[in-house]
Amino acid sequence: MSETFFEILRPGINTTIQDYGRKYLYHIGITVSGAMDLRNHKFANALVSNNTQEATIEFAYQGPLLKLKNGKINFAITGDVFFKILRKNSKVEEGKCYKNYVLEEEEQIDIISTKNSAYGYLAIGGGLKLKSFWDSYSINTKANIGPNNGKKLSINEKIQIKNTNKVQASDRKIDYKNESNNYIRVIKGTNFDYFSAESQSKFFKEEYSITNLTDRMGMRLKGSTLENIKSTNIKSEGLIKGVIQVPADGNPIILLNDHGTIGGYPKIAVVISADLDKVSQLTPNTKIKFKEVSLEDAENLFKSYLSETNKYLNEIN
Amino acid sequence: MIKNISNLGDASVYCDFGSEVNENINSEVIKYFNYLSKLVKNKKIEGITNLSPSYNKLIISFDLSLTTFSNIKNSLEKIQIENEIKHQSKNIKIPVCCEDKYALDFDRLTKKLKLNKKEILNLYFSNEYFCYMTGFIAGMPFLGDLEKNIRCDRLETPRVKVPEGSVGITEQFANIYTFESPGGWNIIGQTPKKIFNQNEIENPALIKPGDRVTFYEITEKEFLNWNE
Repeated sequence: MSETFFEILRPGINTTIQDYGRKYLYHIGITVSGAMDLRNHKFANALVSNNTQEATIEFAYQGPLLKLKNGKINFAITGDVFFKILRKNSKVEEGKCYKNYVLEEEEQIDIISTKNSAYGYLAIGGGLKLKSFWDSYSINTKANIGPNNGKKLSINEKIQIKNTNKVQASDRKIDYKNESNNYIRVIKGTNFDYFSAESQSKFFKEEYSITNLTDRMGMRLKGSTLENIKSTNIKSEGLIKGVIQVPADGNPIILLNDHGTIGGYPKIAVVISADLDKVSQLTPNTKIKFKEVSLEDAENLFKSYLSETNKYLNEIN
Repeated sequence: MIKNISNLGDASVYCDFGSEVNENINSEVIKYFNYLSKLVKNKKIEGITNLSPSYNKLIISFDLSLTTFSNIKNSLEKIQIENEIKHQSKNIKIPVCCEDKYALDFDRLTKKLKLNKKEILNLYFSNEYFCYMTGFIAGMPFLGDLEKNIRCDRLETPRVKVPEGSVGITEQFANIYTFESPGGWNIIGQTPKKIFNQNEIENPALIKPGDRVTFYEITEKEFLNWNE
């Protein structure tokens, strides 16, 4: 049986393969990576009956144009995404997110763009055929780690698909709306007291906007600059996703999935786990505000986030 | 000993071993790191997803759907570490080309340190360095300590792109950018040597915590024709 694969006719701006990412490697400088919006990654997999850890194709802004070769598949796209399906009979079908589709040989998926969000996910029933690195298929383009030599997908490459004989029309879908409020909830960081009282209060009162210097590594913000009254450098120490660090120029940076594992800028705050998917989806020029919560609140908000995710996953299954 | 345990966000534990940077405190951090790594490996503790040892801190990341800050904190407070696992330390020599186009920050350094380029490099190359930790980007070693006269602050605004192989200094430390990445260290040259290799799954990083490193200068010609 010949192998089923996608031919990449247009790669899109930053199309990679992602899953849950890597564990136990921070100490040698290998970061977690993985899907920026984990909930949408899980939904995409569930919609095609995959395990939620299966690798998906993550795209940012403009997505790929893919042509299916040698076979038939089920697929689903999640996020807030504008896409079309080019059928064999030359019919063009408007795509709907959060819905299972069947794609026949020689048909194409044209992922035109994400809307008011950065990332979308394409899952294929049965999954992709890839080599794993440290138990993950995630591509980290900054460190060139992962399948495809750690590089983003490019034109004329092939994406191999695991052959499955279970392809059939399915009514798997959900009615899901991505959250759009711009409050980001945080817990005070370990260096909160490095900043002047005025800057501490500005941090929670004033708006910050997302700049163009935003990618899978981090998000640089612009707004009221923060005055450091202690030291603009700390002894380099570990970092995690969601840390908001402030270099000497006073402009905060939110660390995201491909962040460096160690850094020496003071940490003013950390985004709570429940808001990480939402932060990842923010696009340049969006204005946000930070809101402080306690550890206990953050833990409860994460429980709600998880139970909401599971509610939709159960709805699909 | 851990002096203080606090939470960093809702899914990590921040263990503070002190504010000094020296081999003694760093060895304490590594001791805890090794002990916890073993517990994780033998599934004696639930939910830990990552351990980040650094000069004088240990950050323990965990999966908030499996455990909480107070659970991990309680386990940490009960830990008693008896025998430490000794690290086999290596001596590693790293070639560096310091021609102007690879040494991006000498204007800044000569002004701040009030030394000329040759004086700075002489002090840099005459020292042996201890590897405190690796990280930031895959395999990047954090080495110390620099001679007192060549210690300088980080750049005010970090570079968006530091070229792969760049050798940087800040405060009492030196490092090597194993990949092109953003970064704020003062760049004094570039090495052609591969410091990290993802195809060596068991042993991807050339330099590990506890290793000793010396640098030597090479010409641009040697740099461009480098063959491992």
